[in-house]
Amino acid sequence: MSHSNASALEHPTYDYDVVRKFTIATVIWGIVGMAVGVLIAAYLTWPELNMVLGNAMNAFIGDSIGVDFRQFFHFGRLRPLHTNAVIFAFGGSALMATSFYVVQRTSQVRLAFAPLVPFVFWGWQLVILSAVITLPMGWTSSKEYAELEWPIDILITFVWVAYIAVFVGTIRRRKTKHIYVGNWFYLAFMIVIAILHLVNNAEIPVTIGKSYSAYAGTVDAMVQWWYGHNAVGFLLTAGFLGMMYYFVPKQAERPIYSYRLSIVHFWALISVYMWAGGHHLHYSTLPDWAQNAGMVMSLILLAPSWGGMINGMMTLSGAWHKLRTDPILRFLVVSLSFYGMSTFEGPMMSIKTVNALSHNTDWTIGHVHSGALGWVAMITIGSLYHMIPRLWGREAMWSTKLINVHFWLATVGTVFYIVAMWVNGIMQGLMWRAVSADGTLAYSFVQAVDRSFFGYALRTLGGAIFLVGMGLMAYNFWRTVKEPVTSEASANAAA
Amino acid sequence: MELFSFWSLWIIVITVGLMIGLVVLVQATRNMNTGKEDSELMGHEFDGIEEYNNPLPKWWLWLFFGTIIFGFVYILQYPLGGWKGIWGWTSINQLEEEQAAHAEIYGEIFERYAEMPVEALLNEPQALAMGGQIFENNCAICHGKNAQGASDGLYGYPNLTDNDWLYGEVVDANGNVTRTLPESIKLTLIYGIRAQEAPAEIGGYPQMAAYQEQYGEIAINQLAHYVASLSGAEHDAELAGLGESIYQNGVCAACHGKEGKGGFGIPNLTDDIWLYREADATLIENIRFTLRHGRAGVMPAWQEILGDEKIHLLTAYVYSLSQEQQP
Repeated sequence: MSHSNASALEHPTYDYDVVRKFTIATVIWGIVGMAVGVLIAAYLTWPELNMVLGNAMNAFIGDSIGVDFRQFFHFGRLRPLHTNAVIFAFGGSALMATSFYVVQRTSQVRLAFAPLVPFVFWGWQLVILSAVITLPMGWTSSKEYAELEWPIDILITFVWVAYIAVFVGTIRRRKTKHIYVGNWFYLAFMIVIAILHLVNNAEIPVTIGKSYSAYAGTVDAMVQWWYGHNAVGFLLTAGFLGMMYYFVPKQAERPIYSYRLSIVHFWALISVYMWAGGHHLHYSTLPDWAQNAGMVMSLILLAPSWGGMINGMMTLSGAWHKLRTDPILRFLVVSLSFYGMSTFEGPMMSIKTVNALSHNTDWTIGHVHSGALGWVAMITIGSLYHMIPRLWGREAMWSTKLINVHFWLATVGTVFYIVAMWVNGIMQGLMWRAVSADGTLAYSFVQAVDRSFFGYALRTLGGAIFLVGMGLMAYNFWRTVKEPVTSEASANAAA
Repeated sequence: MELFSFWSLWIIVITVGLMIGLVVLVQATRNMNTGKEDSELMGHEFDGIEEYNNPLPKWWLWLFFGTIIFGFVYILQYPLGGWKGIWGWTSINQLEEEQAAHAEIYGEIFERYAEMPVEALLNEPQALAMGGQIFENNCAICHGKNAQGASDGLYGYPNLTDNDWLYGEVVDANGNVTRTLPESIKLTLIYGIRAQEAPAEIGGYPQMAAYQEQYGEIAINQLAHYVASLSGAEHDAELAGLGESIYQNGVCAACHGKEGKGGFGIPNLTDDIWLYREADATLIENIRFTLRHGRAGVMPAWQEILGDEKIHLLTAYVYSLSQEQQP
């Protein structure tokens, strides 16, 4: 197991360079992705805004070079940019940063395959940059969360294989007897994302920027939502559970609550998630049995999902008092609460009778964001605040007060967002199905849109508040790094 | 899918097998000998993180088993693979039941109006209100909430309130009405416009070809000025004169007629009603665009979506928009 490079030192020198780079990328892409999110939320509130940026760009340069910039800035082009930026650029960079940090520290060795490591970072940034360019240009395979066209898909495949090689190689040379539970989750996320990516992006290229899916009709839809739901399940759930399993016990300085619970909920989670995608296609052309299997498995998924929440929350027993003084721990605990809430909400929404009301309404968007903002972003933010001082050899973040302000902005922003979408979604569902005494529908579609205005405005506000918090984080980050080293800890020492 | 076919059994065995496997997994982990007492530390240490050997929480176990039991009970009742479920439920028969329940309550109202001629429905405020609601939910997205289409700035969508009909009353050579206006409206609703192969009842959907290649820009400009002159709009008389000879000797007059009055499905060019009129371009430019690129607007067919009774009410509503209410 021991590698020839493994030094005799008790604390090996970890490769923090790539972790630092990915940490910076996480914050930058988080701000970019969420800013685009706030922009398109404003578009939905005030549709006239769709043309404002494009018109300004036309006046600035577009008219003189004969390009209509309005096409690049409207909702349809920017929405996939938002989702790709927050999931793969922000979330992906966060997972890569923390997984490389965690795997080294819990395995007590440096990253394997050193020459591949920079390729993982720069390759992934190239993928993101390609997305930032091609999505506004309208290059899209039209598959949700898999819009990137085939040349970029191929690049992703290479980067991903390199990522897995480095991670697995590092685990193989570990000095610990067992593989830490956090690394199980990271590894499951990497392997499944590789499978999902290859299967769902099977496509026939027509030109450099256009391809068509290898599947047709209902099969295509089922493959897409098998992909879409497991992107949620493995990237946004399993991957971030890997993060949770390291940073919660570290920050709380408490042992993990139950080793046995982590075993059972890990295997149950990864085996059951695979089946749940059918609930995205309730009451569609998908055969009834596949919808039923999707619903049943979604319900069974509740307990395995909650296993992670329990293990995280109970790890704090004996350390609850720390919440009073430690806003980083508060981020981590609140993210677990949102995780518990949205993994309860998901199975409920997969019940067909509930889905008949919730489907295609803003409730779905609310559900996604209680997971995306409340769980994914908050656990990332907490983990980054834990990691940044250690990566740059500082004792702590520059300002704990600012972390606390960030915590409240993030919490209030998330609550505004999801409450607005719950109210809108349930209202829309009820208005769409309401029938008058004469048997015709009581409301027209546009009336439901009209009534949704307040919710859309509140959602925009919530998102903007969350974004301001990210700005504070960037500032706090910058000050932390810029301040002179106050401790003797060198950046590369294992703290 | 037959219950005992390969794929059916494949689906059932794997699905049920996974659910049983979960129970086995939970039981195995509960009984796992970790060599430690409950609530003792496991003895592993990773970067300072240790793990307790705490047992699985009881309430969590019950939640897990509860959802698995629910899953079995559900699958017994509803389809999985070739298994039909004990109630014979399908999403199709659920839809049919819900539609039947709806018809049970409201069917009478629709039936009553379906038996009345369209003209008579103009005196039935409830029928018109129902038609209006159906219009708002299905038609307003193109024709606008006020049904004024192009007159409301909705480019390419006919105004339904002005009693100017592209697909209106049909009169034969002897001046006899062979198809009334309500009949025409209903046919348009049923079949749409160019949504499908033209049914024999309609007789065909004329479309305007693109003349860019055939005529070139100069002739198109002359034609545009002539067309503008037909409705008395601003135009250049000299260009219009040149355009007139092209119009009369070319293919234009064949459809739009010598006087430009059009016919069934063919726009009248003399009435200053324009279906394709972009506000930020001149009328002449709008006409030139149509001449260059042709026109073949489409309206969807609504028969499959709405059915006879709603189409009847919708016909009455659309008809009422341009007719004086009966006293």
